[in-house]
Amino acid sequence: MKKMMKLFLAGVAFAGFLTTAKAEDKPTIEMLSSWTSGGEAAALNVIKTEFEKRGGVWKDSSIAGFGAADAAFQNRVVAGDPPGAKQGVIGLAAADFVSQGLFNSIDDVAKAGMWADVLPKSILDLISYDGQAYLVPTGAHGESWVFYSKEAFEKAGIAEEPKTWDEFFAGLDKLKAAGLVPVAWGGQPWQQSKVFNMILLSQVGIDGFLKIYVDKDNSDASVEGVKKTLEILRKLHGYVDDGAAGRNWNDATAMLITAKAGVQFMGDWAKGEFTVAGKEAGKDYGCMIVPESPGMVYIADSFYFPKTGNAETDKAQKLLAEVVMDPAVQVEFSLKKGSVPARSDVDKSKLDACAQKGVELMSAGAIVPDQAIVLTPQQVGALDDFVDEYWNGGSDDAAATAENFFAIFE
Amino acid sequence: MSMKRKTNLSATLALLPTWLVAAVVFIGTMAWSINLSFTNSTIFPSSSYVGLAQYAKLFSSVKWLASLHNVLIFGVLYVGGCLLLGFLLAAALDRKIRFESAFRTIFLYPYAMSFVVTGLIWQWMLNPTLGIQASVRSLGWESFVLDWVVNRDVAIYALVLAGVWQGAGLVMVIALAGMRGIEAEQWKAARIDGIPVWRIYVSIILPQLGPALAAAGMLLAMGVIKTYDIVVAMTNGGPGNATEVPAKFIMDNLFGRQNLGLATAGATVLVLGVIMIVAPFRYAMHMRSKAKGAC
Repeated sequence: MKKMMKLFLAGVAFAGFLTTAKAEDKPTIEMLSSWTSGGEAAALNVIKTEFEKRGGVWKDSSIAGFGAADAAFQNRVVAGDPPGAKQGVIGLAAADFVSQGLFNSIDDVAKAGMWADVLPKSILDLISYDGQAYLVPTGAHGESWVFYSKEAFEKAGIAEEPKTWDEFFAGLDKLKAAGLVPVAWGGQPWQQSKVFNMILLSQVGIDGFLKIYVDKDNSDASVEGVKKTLEILRKLHGYVDDGAAGRNWNDATAMLITAKAGVQFMGDWAKGEFTVAGKEAGKDYGCMIVPESPGMVYIADSFYFPKTGNAETDKAQKLLAEVVMDPAVQVEFSLKKGSVPARSDVDKSKLDACAQKGVELMSAGAIVPDQAIVLTPQQVGALDDFVDEYWNGGSDDAAATAENFFAIFE
Repeated sequence: MSMKRKTNLSATLALLPTWLVAAVVFIGTMAWSINLSFTNSTIFPSSSYVGLAQYAKLFSSVKWLASLHNVLIFGVLYVGGCLLLGFLLAAALDRKIRFESAFRTIFLYPYAMSFVVTGLIWQWMLNPTLGIQASVRSLGWESFVLDWVVNRDVAIYALVLAGVWQGAGLVMVIALAGMRGIEAEQWKAARIDGIPVWRIYVSIILPQLGPALAAAGMLLAMGVIKTYDIVVAMTNGGPGNATEVPAKFIMDNLFGRQNLGLATAGATVLVLGVIMIVAPFRYAMHMRSKAKGAC
């Protein structure tokens, strides 16, 4: 009996030794993301699967809601316990962290992988600080899309995609007459700001858009553009249902999936929801760029790599960066998430009809950056307030409100 | 005399850790926050001082002013509503009805739920496309409107409704306990005099419940300053600024907008507001106990 016990204990000790050794061998990463909707989670899972296949250990810390995840991340960074990786958009949001020396550079992975040759210059510039790569781009999103339910369009008797705003509003009238909700409106400030921007692009063009957001130009032409944008926005308000206030974007997409609503203004991540629901682009639903728009607004997702002071995590971060930039992963991820691969050298044949349109616009350079790329978080917040106040019954005077728009840059 | 000093010393020693914690954790962090409100910190604390610029910015912000206005409306109606409804419920239960304990449990139950759950439930019920409005309309009454959470003119009252639904149970329990402490002789005497029941409650019971209701009111009032979760769950501050509250303004600027300076300025204003309300109370109570010679 005693001998048995000894053997048993030795076995336990040995097993314990083995498992600890195993855990140490494997690069472990804790991933903090806000990707919790069906399409987003499926896309993240593509990276996770490949990461695990290459010997990594994945710990998922998903928090629903972009703001909530950001708050949790910020708290953990300040507390000195950052996760191994964080999903976030490319742009000024990461700049403060990098300048404070809180992120690991992944420049050696970027050099070894020749990222400079395969990424569009605009994205490469945005992931680099002082010439070093800090972020790894997972994919780019077009944000100027109008999705429409083909079933709803048929019911309303709309034969083809409207090309101008007049045609568009005529279509909305038909949808309304058919007893459908014309616009599935996502009533959160960030969503409203995106609609504002896509309309603005259709009114002022690519140069005008960059002038406003990058040069902060408030000449008469810019004010006039903002004014026209606000007028269209006010007009849209008449085509929105009662339950729109505070609605999530994926709930709005669900209204299209069930053909209760006609159109939705949203970024192409909405395609992920359609895909999860078994709907096919071009067949069940259509996608068009906002009427009269010369191009599209884009935003790019990426992973940040906080300094954790743990050598194993550093290794895992490099492995993760390699996995994300793998051409096959980029395509597979984009299919699930509805985005466009950040790499330009991937096999585009698998992409759906909408993504093909997006890739075309992108390679033609007909793109302008999202506000999160060019504005600080405070300015983004001010823009949200501005649009939200106007949308929810602020002053009816578009001309006077347009003048106030430029206060967001202060 | 020396004996007294001795006990004082040991008491002081025993309380020392508590004092240290109070000084460092409460006062220290508060001082640090106030200090930050004079800097232009964005995402991380910075030490470049800008004087009162953050306060100037705060009070020129439409959103902040709207949030103060909203929390005032919400606070008065919420505390008042809870006290009134709670007292009425307690009076009803006090009538020696059947199944009293079952009713007590039902009325108190909402208080056991978090504000997030309460907020979500009421958000669903008041949402025009999901809740009461949709179900009444599906029964045939097509013009029925109940759109409180999405209507900017009444959204704040939707919050009050949900808040009162949750908080009234607490007041009921406290008031009921107070009522049970009132001697039965008073009831008998009042009955003999032929005083109507409602009059007994208003003129005899209510004055005696003063301290109990004041305690309940204080508990609720402290919740008002911190109101955050119910707003996030029900309306997220919308539509527009209709239900924005200071705590949410502060949280948004702290994290989402990476504006530590403005957020701490807002927090400082809140603390000052609380002190301004509480200080006269404390002073009055101090003076009263002094007058009684109890001090």
